[in-house]
Amino acid sequence: MTTLTEKDKKAVRAFWSKVSGKAEDIGADALSRMLIVYPQTKTYFAHWKDQSPTSPMAKKHGITVMSGVADAVTKIDDLKGGLLSLSELHAFTLRVDPANFKIISHNILVVMAIMFPTDFTPEVHVAMDKFLAALALALAEKYR
Amino acid sequence: MVEWTDQERSIINGIFANLDYEDIGPKALCRCLIVYPWTQRYFGAFGNLYNADAIKTNPNIAAHGIKVLHGLDRAVKNMDDIKATYAELSVLHSEKLHVDPDNFRLLADCLSIVVAAKMGSAFTPYVQAAWQKFLAVVVSALGRQYH
Repeated sequence: MTTLTEKDKKAVRAFWSKVSGKAEDIGADALSRMLIVYPQTKTYFAHWKDQSPTSPMAKKHGITVMSGVADAVTKIDDLKGGLLSLSELHAFTLRVDPANFKIISHNILVVMAIMFPTDFTPEVHVAMDKFLAALALALAEKYR
Repeated sequence: MVEWTDQERSIINGIFANLDYEDIGPKALCRCLIVYPWTQRYFGAFGNLYNADAIKTNPNIAAHGIKVLHGLDRAVKNMDDIKATYAELSVLHSEKLHVDPDNFRLLADCLSIVVAAKMGSAFTPYVQAAWQKFLAVVVSALGRQYH
């Protein structure tokens, strides 16, 4: 399910160049949406003093996640190799259940639809969905 | 039984009261067929689905999208017992249409994306939560009578 065609990569790069300026906003919104719409994800952030979805920690974390996505776009030709150390982080330190990658991906797509309603066509949607799925797989690479 | 807060009921009713079925229905179904192409398996008799443009201009798909969206109306009117309301529809999807219930989830995701694009910033995280909860109940009810 995860081989990105040249068409997919082209679509991802083209859309990303349109939206990268808003990457921080996308990340912050997607993260806070995730905490509200999927409350079980809050279990990973029990160590935050301020658990509310609009807290500065939540916003900062959304930005961190999204800069990972931005980095992945530049490594789209070899996600497994390019994201090796991030995968080790998620596998050995963070140990985020990979089911949650689908959740954050969905919320990223929702935010993209909200912020870029005309650009986020079905064709762009399928390319981004495939890309985020491939990214998730690369992140889960070192889990077991 | 599913518990709905007054706020959730108001959010769901509000969305459906202002819903442009003729716009959202076709868009959601088209998006599903494009983003998850294996869902096209159920539409062999609908004509040309060869590429995204063909799907987007196919009148049978558009009409069906509107029909499916109106199918949600009864759930909105019977939020306290969606399971019973959809028992017959569930049997239909299982016994007659032979639709893999996972597809309900896929269509629901596309519907959320299309509604989000339409509503823009009005599709707040709290609106999203209520909307997705509603769709999850619908999806569950539609899959209930599969054996």
